[in-house]
Amino acid sequence: MASMIGSKVERKEDKKFLTGKGRYTADINLHNQLHAVFIRSPHARAKIKGIDTSKAKKAAGVVDVLTGKDMQDDKIGGLIAGWKIVSKDGTDMKCPAHPPLATDSVNYVGDHIALVVAETLQEAKDAADLVKVDYKVLKAVASTAEAMNSDVIHEGIEKNLCFDWELGDKAKTDEAFSSAEKVVEMDILNNRLVPNAMEPRASIGDYNSSSEELTLYTTSQNPHLSRLVMSAFNAVHPEHKFRVIAPDVGGGFGSKIYPYSEDVIMAWAAKRLQRPVKWVCERTESFLSDCHGRDHITKCSVALKNDGTVTGLKVDTIANLGGYASLFATVTPTYLYGPLVLGLYNIPTAYCNVKAVYTNTAPVDAYRGAGRPEATYLIERIMDKAAKELGMDRAEFRKKNFIKQFPHQQCLVHNIDSGDYDAHFDKALNLADYSGFEKRKAESAAKGKLRGIGFSTYIEACGIAPSAAVMSLGAGVGLWESAEIRFNPTGNISVFTGTHSHGQSHDTTFAQIVADKLGVPMENIELVHGDTDKGPFGMGTYGSRSLAVGGTAIAKACDKIVEKGKAVAANMLEAKADEIEFKDGEFIVPNTNKKKTIGEIAFACYLPGTYGEIKSPLPEGMEPGLKETAFYDPVNFSFPAGSHICEVEVDPTTGETKVDTYTCVDDFGNLINPMIVEGQIHGGLAQGIGQALYENAYYDETGQLVTASYMDYCMPRADNFPEFRIDYTCTPATSNPLGVKGCGEAGAIASPPAVMNAVVDAIGTEVTMPATAEKVWKALKEKSKSAKKAA
Amino acid sequence: MAKIALKVNGNKIEKEVADNTLLVSFIRENLNLTGTHVGCDTSQCGSCVVHVDGKSVKSCTMLAADANGADITTIEGLEKGGKLHPVQESFKKHHGLQCGYCTPGMVMSSIDLLKTHKNPSDEEIRKGLEGNICRCTGYQNIVASVKGAIGKV
Repeated sequence: MASMIGSKVERKEDKKFLTGKGRYTADINLHNQLHAVFIRSPHARAKIKGIDTSKAKKAAGVVDVLTGKDMQDDKIGGLIAGWKIVSKDGTDMKCPAHPPLATDSVNYVGDHIALVVAETLQEAKDAADLVKVDYKVLKAVASTAEAMNSDVIHEGIEKNLCFDWELGDKAKTDEAFSSAEKVVEMDILNNRLVPNAMEPRASIGDYNSSSEELTLYTTSQNPHLSRLVMSAFNAVHPEHKFRVIAPDVGGGFGSKIYPYSEDVIMAWAAKRLQRPVKWVCERTESFLSDCHGRDHITKCSVALKNDGTVTGLKVDTIANLGGYASLFATVTPTYLYGPLVLGLYNIPTAYCNVKAVYTNTAPVDAYRGAGRPEATYLIERIMDKAAKELGMDRAEFRKKNFIKQFPHQQCLVHNIDSGDYDAHFDKALNLADYSGFEKRKAESAAKGKLRGIGFSTYIEACGIAPSAAVMSLGAGVGLWESAEIRFNPTGNISVFTGTHSHGQSHDTTFAQIVADKLGVPMENIELVHGDTDKGPFGMGTYGSRSLAVGGTAIAKACDKIVEKGKAVAANMLEAKADEIEFKDGEFIVPNTNKKKTIGEIAFACYLPGTYGEIKSPLPEGMEPGLKETAFYDPVNFSFPAGSHICEVEVDPTTGETKVDTYTCVDDFGNLINPMIVEGQIHGGLAQGIGQALYENAYYDETGQLVTASYMDYCMPRADNFPEFRIDYTCTPATSNPLGVKGCGEAGAIASPPAVMNAVVDAIGTEVTMPATAEKVWKALKEKSKSAKKAA
Repeated sequence: MAKIALKVNGNKIEKEVADNTLLVSFIRENLNLTGTHVGCDTSQCGSCVVHVDGKSVKSCTMLAADANGADITTIEGLEKGGKLHPVQESFKKHHGLQCGYCTPGMVMSSIDLLKTHKNPSDEEIRKGLEGNICRCTGYQNIVASVKGAIGKV
């Protein structure tokens, strides 16, 4: 049998989605189900003086109207921040209480106030209009830059500061700057984004009062973690009686990692009302209440020698957390960000300071890349600026500063096990025909267009893990992963994983690993995930970790199956276990014709007897059955890296930017299914190019989200992109036995600086993301005005 | 309330619906055909595209009452005799879907595109799918899927 690893196998999961047979949470309807609608705050910041639900409660079809007071009475706990960050003065981060339904104040437009539950959705919506909330409206804190100098939002949290965190050697870095031959400084704005998975969030709670079992169907990237948080912190229901099911989930991109207020509330409401309660988010509601991404303001500087050697880096960032600290909000702008600001450069010293602030905006948390896009954006933008100020070629300048030897201990945190940065950069330069750029630029100029080229190189820390390391840095949980391989007596296999697939194609990729390891055809392997009652506890999917951590757990469970199979085969074939060889699904005694297929072994394990005689195929004392579980905790992060090159054409008469070509060469280590990997790159690129040119979540000074629908928030469309050119290099990861590194976030991490460096190269002046036609046009006007003045 | 009689995926249907029922709600909730999705509330995303009398329509832009007498095909009606429609087949072959949520609308729009453009260029395909938002694929493999089905619709 040919190896399945590295094959472009068509996806096992496709048919159900192509025929309308996917089963998303909103598609599920339970017998006797009620419908819920939220009353949300129209104000960014207000005190709640009173909530009058009396009229709504009497409305047709209404079963109940629930408030924060009801939750308090039932002793339901608040939402938590799951990663403790310690400020540079040694104090713990400061997080406000975050009740699922607000009790005395609201802190962003869309914050949760009450729940109307009725027989039909229409009745719930109609009754929602009858709930009267008496607000004392307060001045909103809507600006990231001004948050520390504004009114205090949460009592006792001075300057609205959650933490003031630092990383790196300040004294050594100051010294590098004072002895630098040149210093380049830059202000960087990383625009706020809304993740916008196409499936809006949804939740259905269902309680069985006699068995006391509570089930929550929800749009989650990690049902086990959600259940843990809802049991341990929200005290919704004990874990062993609580089942969380994340069925088909229509994209996540980070926004579905966390148990939200709505999840806690549906679970609680179903229990309280003793009937199933369903809530489905509308798109504007999703804009208002899903966790957003990015939103950083940064000042950074590099110390340089005149020959182009980078000798130090300083980063000073304000990160907006929004109205409350969401589950992974505090790690995103710290440990997922600070260590990565070095890019893939050998920088001897660096210092990074991050101040995380509260504002009256939706909570900000991990969004595709989480911290790493922000880090990559700043280092790649300032490297471009530094090269230009030094008068060096931007490609040569990057290459001069690349890390050349591996493993490489960076000056901040990471020990990078493998890589070859020159290899992917050179390959990208060739593929993008860098040497032909000037000719293409002249051709564009002849058409009246401004052409620019932008480079971006990046490194990620993926495969998030290892538990001991992350817990030492404040993580509330370890980030290992689980897997179970369960042979059925007839020889086919159920594979259980603690990760969750919501577009990542785990059903196929993981089946390829099992098929390869056990020699069983793909069609006889079924992946089971997304149900806490089925598989072992697992940590879910985010941070490009599923394959590197979850896939390795599966591979390890396969190894255990083979080990047991060898012992059984040896017994059946009257050989020694250590002489049995396993290949292509067969246990063989070498140099004989004696062999057993893995199907025969599975059958023997489940039917351990022989007709007509007292004889077991199993060695004496061995348990029957063929099922193995593995928990895998990696020894290190994995470090995907790559080089991306973008060419844009700007129309100076309109300011419109067209991405003309986009080239990327990535090193993800070994690839299991190149077709699927390519799809992940495409999607990441679209989101990153979207950030650079189109997308922006904009709050006005009163804290109203102005861009709260697809009419106002510009989602990238098919005609916004060229055909991407994609290639790879490969240095296998040494931190996991599959040699894989992770590919889900790379496109979103690498592309914003590639595009922006190209835009700035084209127009010859700075512009912030998103580089919309209006902004670019204004920047060009401003530039020509100052040029005239100077003349 | 309005009484409507229509054909959905070849089946004759007669139902009474509230005047304000959108076609997409009627399809999902009254007929339990949940392959047609709702991804926005402003008729922008295209997750709800179905065919009404052979033409692609965002079913959130139409009242169920206005579909009286219409012949409607949803994503569930494309597979014939256990065989996928050539466009469905091409999406599978070219990895034109990931999470699957926008896919039904994308497939329905693609079929209409290929009916009205016998040999579309990449640019025509990209422009033609402008009314459908996908957040997973970056569109490249969707374009490849449509190209792969040229001449088969």
